[in-house]
Amino acid sequence: MESFINHTLKKYQDCATPLLMVLREVQAQYFHIPKLAVDLISQQLGVSRTQIIAVVEFYSFLSFESRGHYDILLSDSITDIMLGKQDVADYLCQKLHTPLGTVRADRLVSIDNTSCTGLCDQGPAALVNGHAIAYLTPERIDRMVAAIEHNISVSDWDSDLLAVDDNIHQAGLLLTAELAHGAALQAALQRGLTETLDEIKTAGLRGRGGAGFTTAMKWQFCRDTEASQRYVVCNADEGEPGTFKDRVLLNSYAHELIEGMTLCGAIIGATQGFIYLRGEYLHLYEPLLAVLAQRRSAGLLGDNILDQGLDFDITIQLGLGAYICGEESALIESLEGKRGIPRNRPPYPVTSGYLNKPTVVNNVETFVAAAHIALQGGAWFAAHGTEQSTGTKILSISGDCAKAGIYEYPFGTSIRQILNDCGADDVLGVQVGGPSGTFICDTEFDRVLGFEDLATGGSFIIFNTSRSIFDIVQNFTHFFAHESCGFCTPCRVGTSLLKKQFDKICTGHGSSGDVRELQEIAQLIKTTSHCGLGQTAAQPIITTLERYPELYNQKIKQISFEPGFDLDGALAIARQLSGRDDSNAHLAQVEEE
Amino acid sequence: MSHITIDGQVVPFEEGQTIIEAATAAGVYIPHLCHNPEYAPHGSCKLCTVNVNGRNATACTFPAVEGQTVCNNTEELNFDRKRLTQMLFVEGNHFCPSCEKSGNCELQAVGYHLNMLDNHYPHFFALRDLDSSHPDLLLDRNRCIFCNLCVRASHADGKDVFAIAGRGINKHLIVNSASGNLGDSDINVDDRAAHICPTGAILVKGTAFKVPIGQRRYDHHDICDMSAGEQHGE
Amino acid sequence: MANKVRIATTSLAGCFGCHMSFLDLDERLVPLAELVEFNRSPITDIKHCAPCDIGLIEGGVCNAENVHVLREFRQNCKILVAVGACAINGGLPAMRNSVPLEECLREAYLDGIGVENPMIPNDPELPLLLNQVHPIHEVVKIDYSLPGCPPSADVFWKFLTDLLEGREPGLDYDLVHYD
Repeated sequence: MESFINHTLKKYQDCATPLLMVLREVQAQYFHIPKLAVDLISQQLGVSRTQIIAVVEFYSFLSFESRGHYDILLSDSITDIMLGKQDVADYLCQKLHTPLGTVRADRLVSIDNTSCTGLCDQGPAALVNGHAIAYLTPERIDRMVAAIEHNISVSDWDSDLLAVDDNIHQAGLLLTAELAHGAALQAALQRGLTETLDEIKTAGLRGRGGAGFTTAMKWQFCRDTEASQRYVVCNADEGEPGTFKDRVLLNSYAHELIEGMTLCGAIIGATQGFIYLRGEYLHLYEPLLAVLAQRRSAGLLGDNILDQGLDFDITIQLGLGAYICGEESALIESLEGKRGIPRNRPPYPVTSGYLNKPTVVNNVETFVAAAHIALQGGAWFAAHGTEQSTGTKILSISGDCAKAGIYEYPFGTSIRQILNDCGADDVLGVQVGGPSGTFICDTEFDRVLGFEDLATGGSFIIFNTSRSIFDIVQNFTHFFAHESCGFCTPCRVGTSLLKKQFDKICTGHGSSGDVRELQEIAQLIKTTSHCGLGQTAAQPIITTLERYPELYNQKIKQISFEPGFDLDGALAIARQLSGRDDSNAHLAQVEEE
Repeated sequence: MSHITIDGQVVPFEEGQTIIEAATAAGVYIPHLCHNPEYAPHGSCKLCTVNVNGRNATACTFPAVEGQTVCNNTEELNFDRKRLTQMLFVEGNHFCPSCEKSGNCELQAVGYHLNMLDNHYPHFFALRDLDSSHPDLLLDRNRCIFCNLCVRASHADGKDVFAIAGRGINKHLIVNSASGNLGDSDINVDDRAAHICPTGAILVKGTAFKVPIGQRRYDHHDICDMSAGEQHGE
Repeated sequence: MANKVRIATTSLAGCFGCHMSFLDLDERLVPLAELVEFNRSPITDIKHCAPCDIGLIEGGVCNAENVHVLREFRQNCKILVAVGACAINGGLPAMRNSVPLEECLREAYLDGIGVENPMIPNDPELPLLLNQVHPIHEVVKIDYSLPGCPPSADVFWKFLTDLLEGREPGLDYDLVHYD
């Protein structure tokens, strides 16, 4: 083991910041993180043992307990469930003789759930040793099972099993615009970097992750902060359930992305960039490395770019299954080899980010847009969209529609038009912006995409009238409880309380007081949490309570109170040990009148 | 000197001070648990949530800026703070009658200050470990509220004995030693980290129940009426 | 005496310490008795609740019988009060919650030192234990809580006189303690 650890550490320059990359390789090699590995890494890197343990316990894809040699993680997003995840999971578990949540006795296989894998347009989906498998059907599962039982390495599986489609159905401004390699950089250098920043300002470009901070202002702040080094970080930790547009950009528009990052590096004066790629997109890692290499040899990346004395290079770090790392300061912590805990702000990353140096963190789509703006000019971009939301937005559309996939629209487009284009009938509502966004109902389809109305990082999940609001909200509420980093009290404790309280109502054990309580917990989490995760974790409940109070009322019992735990079930152990089953050995859940 | 107002009271501050630092210097109490003036602010307990110019902010991390209007001692904020304290009580296993820290515990003191009479929420009854391996110290994780003060103090002691691991509701305090036990760590009873815990999670053995009930720190004195030093156990 | 306020009290998984503390009202019991009468309570030995104004519950819920008693109180009492640490958070009996019930029963009745005729009691008259001890607010709706282990006689006095005199009950700083 010592030589493997030494070799791996050397690969990452014996540096503590890429700790996640090191641990990822250790997990892949040993199917768990051996305690000895913790000690070895701790000694070699001079990082405390506890920091490594903390990191291992924080990220879903690392574990101290042994996983199977084939570790299968089923995507548990609402979109996968709507596409039949449950049946597929049952079939898979039965075929592999491995119940969900367990490791098979021979250690060959383990099966568990994971948060949304970003294959919502081609689910139900799974990850096998990190490799994405889309379109799960009994037939494809049979082939997977055969490959597993024959011990064939996942990378050697039939290519059609490992294929991931782009599914671009509507290409707009960004997805159709041509950008020859290096053209944006050339244009920017010719025009002047300050002038190019002005063009981005003119374009009115705002961050595409959802929050919508003005990009030019962010770059300007970073540029204006005195520092010996600055950094560019691409947030490719696309974890919001229902979002997968960055997957497509990273797959088919990587040059545009990297050009945008390089441009940013030139403008703010950074020589180092990072792409923080979510672990679920492992299949994009090698192709992205190849694009980086290609650009280095073309003189578009590395030292003396375009012979203009410009130095900038990019490193990719893979995430390890933590939604919170999509929050920019948590992402930076993760890049530094730590748990993904959002920092206190101020200071903001633009003044104190990676290694406490000024850092620009932008979404994949933002960098792609910036690259095109550098070539075409700000007016070209600003001619599209609305006054407050210029340009276009790339949507990931999934759920109940004929054609799930990627759609690019100018801001200001109505929800109704989008629903028409993707072939959605009989629509109950749409989750715009993912679980942390807004659930809109069928009377709101004239609302429009835009920061002034419906902001979205790209997630657009459609539900038809056969779907239950409660199934949807329950999935989202459990998701947030699972993904809370645990830093602050309201989110750590509150999301678990919210989950309990919602489940109580959902399963028909709630009274009207329970709905008031649900509302109170939701508001408290929203108004006192540390970061965006907590501040939006109750959104599914808040937005559906506003729109469907009558549905919640139908769920509640006309009693003053019912216990939140199963009373009769709580006697089961005593019944069994005493061998009793008389009437006194049972309890009704609600008192008989 | 620059000024902010807290509940209408003009409070001066020096450049670089946080809202809670300015408030403390002016004798204004803002409830808190993870904050201790000795260490860099952490901002996790959220008890010090105040309203700054209409938006909630964490007083222990948010810088005071000229002209800020801060609401602190309001019914709404104190209600939220009570709920947050109740969350901490149901998350861990806080059985005050059996705890040696009772009467001198900051978690209790804040509960008393906020007139918290019950725990409101369903209890988690989480299974947490107790570590009595150290000859002079006891670590009872049932009482840990994740204020991170022992982590910060031990770092300042130059030992990094403590860290927080796990995610979400499964988060827990871990100890830097080969066995994971406190007895095998570098901690010493004289370390600041051994004395910083606001609750009874880290206790010095052999010192319990020395002060009679009725004479303990918070038995009759509201934490809001104490000096900053007294609030933090000096 | 028909207009006296009717009070019922009981101890579930508690130690009767709260009841003892109530008796610490000492000479104040005399004026109190002018205003209230006791229904179901260890003080009267009345076994079942008639409709009451106030129910005082000491102790948490550890077994099936506790659930029945608590429900009887909730049905009959206009105002139900959680009295003491055990009623409020399970208290010391809830410290068994960290030990699996099976282990508790085995230790007590099968494997423990000095156990004769090892067998887990199975008489239908005996209430079965719940897996965990619960505070009473998790089983029925509670109107007020009086913290303390036990709450002092002054707490009872303040609370009851507030109610009797038509004030919203409240406890000042000195009356609030959790131990």
